[in-house]
Amino acid sequence: MVSGIPLFPEQASTLAPEVDNLYFFVTAVTAFFALLVVVVVLVFAVKYRDRTGEKVGAPIHGSLPLELGWSIIPFFISMAIFAWATLVFFHIVRAPDQTLEVYSTGKRWMWRFQHIDGQAEINELHVPLGRPIRVIFTSEDVLHSLYMPAFRVKADAIPGRYSSIWFTPTQVGEFHLFCAEYCGTRHSGMIGRVVVMEPNEYQAWLSGGGSGMSMAARGEQLFQQLGCVGCHLPDGSGRGPSLLGKYGIQETLATGATVTIDDTYVRESILTPQMKLVAGYGPVMPTFQGLVNEQGVMSLIEYVKSLPRTGGPPAAAQASAAGAPAAAPAQGPR
Amino acid sequence: MTTTVLPRVTYLNVRTTVASWLLTKDHKRIGILYLLVVSFAFLLGGIFAAGVRIELTTPEGDFVSADTYNRLFTMHGVAMVFFVLIPAVPAILGNFAMPLMIGARDVAFPKINLLSWYVFVIGFLFTLAAMLFGGVDTGWTFYTPYSSQASNSNVLLTGIGVFIAGFSSILTGLNFMVTIHRMRAPGMTWFRLPLFVWALYATSLVQILGTPVIAITVLMLALERALGFGIFDPRLGGDPVLFQHLFWFYSHPAVYIMILPPMGVISEVLACFSRKSIFGYSFVAFSSLAIAVFGFLVWAHHLFVAGISPYSAMVFSFLSFAVAIPSAVKTFNWAATLYRGAIWWRAPMIWVFGFIGLFLVGGLTGLFLASLGLDVHLHDTYFVVAHFHYIMVGGAIMGYFAGLHYWWPKITGRMYSNGLGTLAAMLVFVGFNLTFFPQFILGYLGMPRRYHAYPEEFQVLNVLSSAGASLLGIGYTLIACYLLYSLWKGEEAGANPWGATGLEWKTQSPPLPENFAQTPIVREGAYEYAKRETKVA
Repeated sequence: MVSGIPLFPEQASTLAPEVDNLYFFVTAVTAFFALLVVVVVLVFAVKYRDRTGEKVGAPIHGSLPLELGWSIIPFFISMAIFAWATLVFFHIVRAPDQTLEVYSTGKRWMWRFQHIDGQAEINELHVPLGRPIRVIFTSEDVLHSLYMPAFRVKADAIPGRYSSIWFTPTQVGEFHLFCAEYCGTRHSGMIGRVVVMEPNEYQAWLSGGGSGMSMAARGEQLFQQLGCVGCHLPDGSGRGPSLLGKYGIQETLATGATVTIDDTYVRESILTPQMKLVAGYGPVMPTFQGLVNEQGVMSLIEYVKSLPRTGGPPAAAQASAAGAPAAAPAQGPR
Repeated sequence: MTTTVLPRVTYLNVRTTVASWLLTKDHKRIGILYLLVVSFAFLLGGIFAAGVRIELTTPEGDFVSADTYNRLFTMHGVAMVFFVLIPAVPAILGNFAMPLMIGARDVAFPKINLLSWYVFVIGFLFTLAAMLFGGVDTGWTFYTPYSSQASNSNVLLTGIGVFIAGFSSILTGLNFMVTIHRMRAPGMTWFRLPLFVWALYATSLVQILGTPVIAITVLMLALERALGFGIFDPRLGGDPVLFQHLFWFYSHPAVYIMILPPMGVISEVLACFSRKSIFGYSFVAFSSLAIAVFGFLVWAHHLFVAGISPYSAMVFSFLSFAVAIPSAVKTFNWAATLYRGAIWWRAPMIWVFGFIGLFLVGGLTGLFLASLGLDVHLHDTYFVVAHFHYIMVGGAIMGYFAGLHYWWPKITGRMYSNGLGTLAAMLVFVGFNLTFFPQFILGYLGMPRRYHAYPEEFQVLNVLSSAGASLLGIGYTLIACYLLYSLWKGEEAGANPWGATGLEWKTQSPPLPENFAQTPIVREGAYEYAKRETKVA
């Protein structure tokens, strides 16, 4: 190959070498079989060539052992690839417990990233080196897909639900961030960069600029403004359930089904509250569709996560500083 | 070559008025009617592709606007998938050759066969109208909610075109299936059928079972777009991923509609020019059916990053690996067929060699995409674009041209230049690899598909790709030139210029309107070259 043409993207996350090793293996296996067949075909084509078109071939009709052999051997080889690839996949989709969370919304044609501490950025994402980062995102309009080739991660942004990707950056620098799902006119302009920084530089970046208000604090503000506080009383005596310590636990629904209180459930409960009622509560909550935007919903989720497990007034600031143990810790220790 | 005079009465000259063509119930003429429409669609799709490749020679979006670019790649996909790849081999070569190959006078329902063509043309006209009135920009996949709510292009008109054309596919599938069951000549048992007929049978199964699903899906899309039914748009209570499930439930099996018939063609041509029976006939025959059935169980491998459960992704990944096995079996059998053959290097055989090379790469790169851990990175990149072009163009179109070169003397009664046929096959092979191999690398590097502009580091590979595309264009143009030239100046072919065993070669070229003077009686398998007394007619 001509030097200067890159063949592989940079390996800038802990996942990247895993994916690349699998890629090299599958490349080696498939190249072997491709070459085998090509060589066999070419050798036979030349060796048994008949320029006249008058001769006939040998009366060979097949061979059961060969048929079984070239069905079973490829099957086992493909199962080996399947097993390895599935293991890698589960590493890609299962985030570790302790992640630094960033929220994002895709919208034609930009990505907006919202850090827990309050900073928001467009088409740029600043993250610290060496820490597992989880980006939780949705779309405000059509399908998009958040793709960071250097980290080998991708997931579609789907309106109406949350997706997430996670990665641990292993290299300081700037990396591509693409929209991979076609979304209309400026699809190819819906790109940006991920900036991986040394942890101390990242801290400096975090403290400069930003709105000064954390997502949880912004969520608490919305919780008051939208009147949620009138029903979701902390002591559980309101018309709606108390939200204290609810994030991450299993809850029984009116239908008898159980559900894990996660980002998606909180979002659904705000936008389509009648859909999955908690057992013991009536269908009295109105929808907040149109009253709160995606970023507002994300702030409310972050607020719910920040609530302490039992009693006491909600203390967003305290929670976001210390990291609530019940919720996936936003800024918890690594 | 033979020196026989062209037969006096053939299906071509028995009547020559325009009405006699437009009202024909002769399967051979209907095949030619399809050839005309499909060739036009191929030209159109090729022109759109040229626009795409010219734009991508530079990183900036400077040749056409972003909206035009989006329309170009969408219309390329729509024209090529629905109006070239799906009908090319079954409707052109299948219509022409299949009844001849089983010793029938025609298909089971000749009027429905003509109706299929009209339905196809009406569908094509709607799609053409959509293109003329400004085009469509959703991608050929029509993903919601972009297609149902956001796009400002002719989604409905295109959808109606695809919807209508689908019925043509269903009717042809039905017609072929009944024909293969009911119209076989005496002695033509199932295991004496040529493998092309087996492949068409398997294809008919997919057409009949799969196509109604895309019709329903397009209808639901139209209801949401035109009347605001909330099916796919989450703002209306719908689910955008549901569309992808329904779309791929048809469109993945549709890949097998595109590739199974060319695989059948390859078996025919390979046996003829190796002068041998196909190695493992029944394995090749049943692998077609296995592919048709398994093909319905792998659709969600297009959705690995679309938020489906990791466990369902696992199941679909497993099934996708499983469906690769019958394709591998076919390939090994083809290679083994060459062993101790008497291989005659004529133009159709060169196309078969090209097919095997490209289909190998296409099939094996499918394993990368079936691998969950790799697909996350590769999904929606140029790797996918390269993979499916290797299958659909490298496989299906090479197979189509192998078949067209093989049956051309039968269709027209004349020979084309063997040297030019060989040259075109080699040009297309080289041009194709130059176009699409760099796209595998681009994909692994992370270049997303459907990008009007791209970061600079991807330019070299894109320029290589565009250079290859121009070679491809030259190759295809060359084919059109020598085939058309052969109509006037080609040598007379005689009944059996290749010395092939099939029944279609037992009648004159071009065949009689009623195919055979007497109904043939079959006494042996499809490829008994070894038993043959007279070699080449």
